[in-house]
Amino acid sequence: MSPHQLTAHALLDLIKSGKISAKDAYGDVLSRIKAVDGRIKAYVRMAQTEPDFNGGMPVPIALKDNLCTKGEEVTCASRILKGFHSPYDAGVVEKIKKSGGTILGIVNMDEFAFGSSCESSCYGPTFNPWNLECVPGGSSGGSAASVAADEAIWALGSDTGGSIRQPASFCGIVGLKPTYGRVSRYGLIAFASSLDQIGPLTKDVGDCALLMNIISGYDQRDSTSVNVSVPDYTKALVNDVRGLKIGIPKEAFVEGLDAEVRRSVEDALDLLKKLGAVIKEVSLPHTPYAVATYYIVATAEASSNLARFDGVRYGLRATPAKVRKNALVDMYEETRSKGFGDEAKRRIMLGTYALSSGYYDAYYLRGQKVRTLIKNDLDEAFKDCDCVLTPTSPTVAFKVGEKISDPLSMYLSDIYTIPANLAGIPAISIPCGFSQSGLPIGLQLMGKAFDEEMLLRVSYTYEQNTPWHTKKPNL
Amino acid sequence: MSPFETVIGLEVHLQLSTKTKIFCSCANQYGCAPNTNVCPVCLGLPGTLPVLNHQALLYGIKVGLALNAEINSFIKFDRKNYYYPDLPKGYQISQYDFPVAKHGFLKIKSGDQEKRIGITRAHLEEDAGKLVHDNSGSCSLADFNRTGTPLIEIVTEPDLRSPQEAYDYLNTLKLTLQYLGISDCDMEKGSLRCDANVSIRPIGQTSLGTKTELKNMNSFKAVKTALEYEVKRHEQVIISGGKIIQETLLWNDEKAMTITMRSKEQAHDYRYFPDPDLVPFTIDQKVIEDVRAQLPELPQAKFLRFLSQYGLSEYDANILVSDPGMADFFEAALKEYPQAKKIANWLGGPVLMELNNRKKSISELKLTPKELVVLIAKVEEGVISNLAGKDVLTFMLDEAKGADDVIKEKGLAQVSDDSSLLVIIDEVIAQNPAVVEQIKSGKPNAAGFLVGQAMKKSGGRANPKKLNELITRRITGV
Repeated sequence: MSPHQLTAHALLDLIKSGKISAKDAYGDVLSRIKAVDGRIKAYVRMAQTEPDFNGGMPVPIALKDNLCTKGEEVTCASRILKGFHSPYDAGVVEKIKKSGGTILGIVNMDEFAFGSSCESSCYGPTFNPWNLECVPGGSSGGSAASVAADEAIWALGSDTGGSIRQPASFCGIVGLKPTYGRVSRYGLIAFASSLDQIGPLTKDVGDCALLMNIISGYDQRDSTSVNVSVPDYTKALVNDVRGLKIGIPKEAFVEGLDAEVRRSVEDALDLLKKLGAVIKEVSLPHTPYAVATYYIVATAEASSNLARFDGVRYGLRATPAKVRKNALVDMYEETRSKGFGDEAKRRIMLGTYALSSGYYDAYYLRGQKVRTLIKNDLDEAFKDCDCVLTPTSPTVAFKVGEKISDPLSMYLSDIYTIPANLAGIPAISIPCGFSQSGLPIGLQLMGKAFDEEMLLRVSYTYEQNTPWHTKKPNL
Repeated sequence: MSPFETVIGLEVHLQLSTKTKIFCSCANQYGCAPNTNVCPVCLGLPGTLPVLNHQALLYGIKVGLALNAEINSFIKFDRKNYYYPDLPKGYQISQYDFPVAKHGFLKIKSGDQEKRIGITRAHLEEDAGKLVHDNSGSCSLADFNRTGTPLIEIVTEPDLRSPQEAYDYLNTLKLTLQYLGISDCDMEKGSLRCDANVSIRPIGQTSLGTKTELKNMNSFKAVKTALEYEVKRHEQVIISGGKIIQETLLWNDEKAMTITMRSKEQAHDYRYFPDPDLVPFTIDQKVIEDVRAQLPELPQAKFLRFLSQYGLSEYDANILVSDPGMADFFEAALKEYPQAKKIANWLGGPVLMELNNRKKSISELKLTPKELVVLIAKVEEGVISNLAGKDVLTFMLDEAKGADDVIKEKGLAQVSDDSSLLVIIDEVIAQNPAVVEQIKSGKPNAAGFLVGQAMKKSGGRANPKKLNELITRRITGV
């Protein structure tokens, strides 16, 4: 196998044994990008500075376009931020650099992470390596596609309502959203601050544990990061689920769930049962309200988080040819009209409305209350089981353009992933099969807060007993 | 008498003098070159997050306790959303429904009356930057040095009944805040700012009239003048059958009038909501009690103590207490020289005059309590005259020298020996025969003129008591 096809742990073994140099491995991945990215369009720009290759873990990595890297342009795939170069490194970027990670470049995403298909990017869509007519999922579509297409050994994404797990599922790789507060958000350009979390997209569960070891930990610059010790996640890679209790929410297998996805997830359950796990039905009665709750809380926070993109200090500034109101208001309106895409505008308007005087109690406040109920549901479920299993997405990857003009059906793509963000708990997506059409299917495991180890253990066991993670798209 | 009653409420914004800004580690410093005291956090750059400066919180608690308020142990911050070029995040981090302090009061003296002014709330927030408008009018420049400076906003109940009361409240509040040592309270530097809400209503009516909000007053006097102007305007509008429109007005000090800034309809919907970047937390009661234990003696308590403990007059006590540095100086001096009245006289007289002339506070003067006491003792012992004492003080301050050295170098020691004084007295008697006659004809008070003349000739050095004695004896022989 060429280095670009390897997992990080396999590559690191080769580098350590002197069979390949870190620089050559990096060069090999760059060649792969040159060869296939014209069709995938995962990358929006390559790193400006070549890394040094002296670090302990020189794994070539792709970064989502919402993570600040000193000296690099960072745009959230939005016209409004074009030309903005970060003067500082995000907390996770510092950690990646410290580990010796070699940054390849910056990958595509939905504008400001608003979307589930990677189509709302100002750079145009990224394509699914398994079928170039399909979306890679989103919003971390570039991260998922780059890893699935061997254009990166691993990647970082961010997950606000499923933005790591859903594209991981669509692209047939592993994606983990850590517990809220596990990974520093400092330097992640915020979508919804109370839901956002940075996490790994990797080729297998082992790499996921390895990358979690690098990026986890308290950061005093992020008041929402939690000061609890970080375990060695690779120690959780145990091929044994005997006696573990896996909860199945009865609300999960209802209408809208694709039959093929359903069958794959049920097969996975059977396998886990055979391997010794105990399957229990649980009830999450408030999860039907999760999507509605999410679109109130997330858009409210986004409407405020995106207020800083006003044309005053950085990024795009536009002024109309003719004076309309006054120079300042004209500049604000023109900049934001030209700078934001449709979905960003839609969400800013939704969120502004939800926070408006007279509507706050009915929308934002009620949304926060339902959020608590959803969290309580999950807390209740975890009294009885070690993790909860669902499909990651109700469907496999859809066609480019299929849902772009139907935002509601796009929003429903995240129906299984949103509850974990609302509850702040960790959740992982791992490959669990393929559709007749050859598109990957993923399953999701949700765990207790700060119990990523349980998710890794169950995922690892499943992976050791299935072939899905070894499959590669034909490019 | 006006048939109306005036109702005023005030909002005071105070910059807290913490070492660093409220949500980042930039120095909390005034007067740097534009945009040099900034970092990615206070500039609100994408991806940055705020972290609360605990000291700002402690200062906020201190203010709350000094204003007799309840302290909210549940600490939560909210976002106040609005667009302005000096606000880099597009929202200000403030406290909405859980202000650090609420339901307090401040006692003020207005005229002869003591009055309790209710404090609705005091909350912490971050200051915005500053816009500098280019002279040509073609552009505005933004300076973000001030961005993130910790502020506490202190809001009163509508308890103030006249512009004078508002003025008295502001002075009392400022003094109280100065005692806390948490701000330089300098309106010129903008570290203390004040907005006013005012309405009038027919005497006897309990419901409030329509209010207007006044902004842009840059001194307490301007607050008073603006309120007087606005009260008169309200009266004229209502008497002529019109209605007051609820609006925000800007005070123009040069033109001495208010100008509409925005109407109620144009008022912002700030869309307050909890800042998800700052996790709410509960402070331990012990933290609050520790701050309470460290509260300094406040001006009103000190005033009463000075009356009872040192037997000072209200006038003297008031002068000393109205500057925390002065009160401390007084008590330090008293330890060296237990003459309260004499020290108070010196501080309230010559020292205060020097402070005013030099536009300095007592802590900025090169004068220690010990040195002042040496000077006072020299006067009391008769080594120098009272008049010369004032000159000695001036020299001491100008040249940073002790009283003894100044007296020696300038030759200011009082002349008390008879032979030297008689030479001068004889000259004065010879030059003023008419006055001499008056004294002889039984008007001894006329001697005062001759004492003054003799003092002048001595260059202020003659002992006046001795002069009086000698002149009377010389003329009347008694």
